Amino acid sequence: MEIERQQFDVVVIGAGGAGLRAAIEARQQGKRTAILCKSLFGKAHTVMAEGGAAAAMGNVNSDDNWKVHFRDTMRGGKFLNNWRMAELHAKESPDRVWELEAWGALFDRTKDGKISQRNFGGHEYPRLAHVGDRTGLELIRTLQQRVVALQQEDAERTGDPEAYIKVFAEFTVTRLLKDGDAIAGAFGYWRENGTLVVFEAPAVVLATGGIGKSYVVTSNSWEYTGDGHALALLAGAKLINMEFIQFHPTGMVWPPSVRGILVTESVRGDGGVLRNSEGKRFMFDYIPEVFKDKYATTEEEGDRWYTDQANNRRPPELLPRDEVARAINSEVKAGRGSPQGGVFLDVSTRLPAAEIVRRLPSMHHQFKELADVDITKEPMQVGPTCHYIMGGVEVEADTGAAAVPGLFAAGEVSGGMHGSNRLGGNSLSDLLVFGRRAGAGAAAYVDRLATRPKISDEAVEAARQEALAPLERTGENPYELHQELQRSMNELVGIIRTSREVSEALGVVGKLRARAKNVGAAGGRIYNPGWHLALDLRNMLLVSECVARAALIREESRGGHTRDDFPVMSPDWRRKLLVCSASEDGQDVTVEEQVQPAMRDDLIVLFDRDELKKYLTEEELADFDAVAKEAS
Amino acid sequence: MSYKAKFRVWRGESGEGKLEDFTVEVNEGEVVLDIIHRLQATQAPDLAVRWNCKAGKCGSCSVEINGKPRLSCMTRMSTFSEDEVITVTPMRTFPVIKDLVTDVSFNYEKARQIPSFTPPKDVKPGEYRMQQIDVERSQEFRKCIECFMCNNVCHVIRDHDENKQSFAGPRFLMRIAELDMHPYDVADRKDMAQEDHGLGYCNITKCCTEVCPEHIKITDNALIPMKERVVDRKYDPLVWLGNKIFKRSSSKTG
Repeated sequence: MEIERQQFDVVVIGAGGAGLRAAIEARQQGKRTAILCKSLFGKAHTVMAEGGAAAAMGNVNSDDNWKVHFRDTMRGGKFLNNWRMAELHAKESPDRVWELEAWGALFDRTKDGKISQRNFGGHEYPRLAHVGDRTGLELIRTLQQRVVALQQEDAERTGDPEAYIKVFAEFTVTRLLKDGDAIAGAFGYWRENGTLVVFEAPAVVLATGGIGKSYVVTSNSWEYTGDGHALALLAGAKLINMEFIQFHPTGMVWPPSVRGILVTESVRGDGGVLRNSEGKRFMFDYIPEVFKDKYATTEEEGDRWYTDQANNRRPPELLPRDEVARAINSEVKAGRGSPQGGVFLDVSTRLPAAEIVRRLPSMHHQFKELADVDITKEPMQVGPTCHYIMGGVEVEADTGAAAVPGLFAAGEVSGGMHGSNRLGGNSLSDLLVFGRRAGAGAAAYVDRLATRPKISDEAVEAARQEALAPLERTGENPYELHQELQRSMNELVGIIRTSREVSEALGVVGKLRARAKNVGAAGGRIYNPGWHLALDLRNMLLVSECVARAALIREESRGGHTRDDFPVMSPDWRRKLLVCSASEDGQDVTVEEQVQPAMRDDLIVLFDRDELKKYLTEEELADFDAVAKEAS
Repeated sequence: MSYKAKFRVWRGESGEGKLEDFTVEVNEGEVVLDIIHRLQATQAPDLAVRWNCKAGKCGSCSVEINGKPRLSCMTRMSTFSEDEVITVTPMRTFPVIKDLVTDVSFNYEKARQIPSFTPPKDVKPGEYRMQQIDVERSQEFRKCIECFMCNNVCHVIRDHDENKQSFAGPRFLMRIAELDMHPYDVADRKDMAQEDHGLGYCNITKCCTEVCPEHIKITDNALIPMKERVVDRKYDPLVWLGNKIFKRSSSKTG
């Protein structure tokens, strides 16, 4: 069987927001760039993002600026964030959003013709640039069309539209290839015909998104099998913060086949409220100590906030996602849930029907088509759904570079930016800011190289055998293994965790990994989903093991990691990051503690001492006092 | 609640294939894509279907169900009676790769032939000012999830492969309209719509509008207004005369 060969300067794996933005940047820096997308071009999971892209443009409230956004992001992540990433993100997001507009994006407008911005959980001011509730689609389409525009430029210049940027649609990567310690390329297959391909490239950008398909109830699409996380591990890179998984508070709960599909946070940002079976707005009972002074304590004050934000505090429905998800979980457990096992999310009594349809068109459509519910007339039923992993490849903030030379990562597959919990709206802006930086980082790396890396025949042969192995076996059904993994992760390493359950999950994952070696796929190589799933299983199992191991070690509750047996947030644990690595064959996963670097002086003084003392150790507070004294 | 449904699914690759019969479990609240997935997991592990978000937002899972173009993730089983045979076939206008998966590269080629958004050179990022009412027309078209069902159903190419060369299909004629109505686009797109992309082939039967899962009024709001813009240019006697006398260049008008 012939193996196809391709040569590029930069190979971007993943074609969501981060991947496309990285590829655009690499091409703009003159690099020959390949975009490998697991689905068709323009179908990536980014289209699912609804609410908007957070950027402190100050169009709606001129008090907003990068410092406020930075503070909100650190608070949302419970101060575990990589502060340099949070800083770059807050500073650069506005430019990244404006740039989209120059590439043809059409955001909703303010009265004076600027980009409109909406409220969202954890953001102090209206900050999310949006298009109704389909902002992710606008973002992906704009970037897709920007790639096409660059191809048109190249066609005019060279006669070949694909001379500098080429899209490989429905293409899956199974291995990164190295020359010594450094990246030399990637190996994978075309879904369409099963042809195997070696990409020879000195730089690879991972932009593969998340891992949600390891859970049953998830808002994630089929592509989210942790490919980039696993590829990075297998190539010798490290993953951080893998214990932190965001369960979005509002997923659909009925009908069963759509359980987990996202109900945008904009429903709450635009006035929607959460009620239990007794009709009570229960979120007022769940405002945590660290946020006590920032949220309304009465319904009246919360309601006034929508029209007068200067003189009122925001309603607690707009607490960060981890808080709201845990509250819903508690209400359901206490027997105050809705008939179909969630709670009620009501916008029908809060806004006129026409306004609901205008502001939340895709929610209106989704509930009508899938659940026979008219959200302008009755409440929705919602519950937590696995949505986003904060953990990912450990990267250098400024360039997106991973520990392996030539390897870069951006977007959900990278770790650090969001700490222990991501704020809504910070994902789309993260993709743009760090997609661009990773693309630039990869281009600069290629410029610095004296010689091109080489790929050995042995490495290619090993990758070939690994990819084709499931087709040569008549073993277990990959679909059954996948379902077992999803159920176990959901039940045992879900929103609330205990040492006993997580240990049990590790046992299950271990057994599934042994069984996965015998998974077989019937049929041929042309568009064979059984074969594809058999290959994806390796990634899901490896990543699930990282999640469970890290979750077992972190003995505290913070953001997207809640331990029933260690319910309190610990300042000592805030200083520690858990770092996963794996052996080359992926058989041994190890987790080590690493010290979280202290925040730069000029950034930490942006916070009040009263707030910091909720998060920092005594020793850190003493350091802060010294810095603050010097500054004053 | 659950029952056994009768499915007929197109199976085959490289130009050959046939309908295969299946009996398969259906549970409350499920959609056609759930049933296809159950077939994969229990009876036909290599059955090919393209899908992604399973929430009607990505436009990947377009097929024909009982002969009608539909997103399989948004077609509820409760819309069929329990004894009805449900036939699922690939989109007819595009070549089949395998089973329910078609080669939609036609659409990506057309997308690349349409000149991109062309703003005036002197507007910098951050300086754009547009009123909501002025962006709404193009925003409607940008709701498109590129399921390509409009192009699939359009009779100009559905049974006439020979027209594919000269006709971009409703999806991309709408893209031209979207750019033409963009407040900051300065390119002239009228002649191009008619001459390069076959706007004239459209005889407004509105099949595209009917199948659009986003309920975009493709014909009424994009294609007809675009035709009017072309007509204004082409057949307005004053413009004609102007062109004759002054060799008027095709600057953007209207």
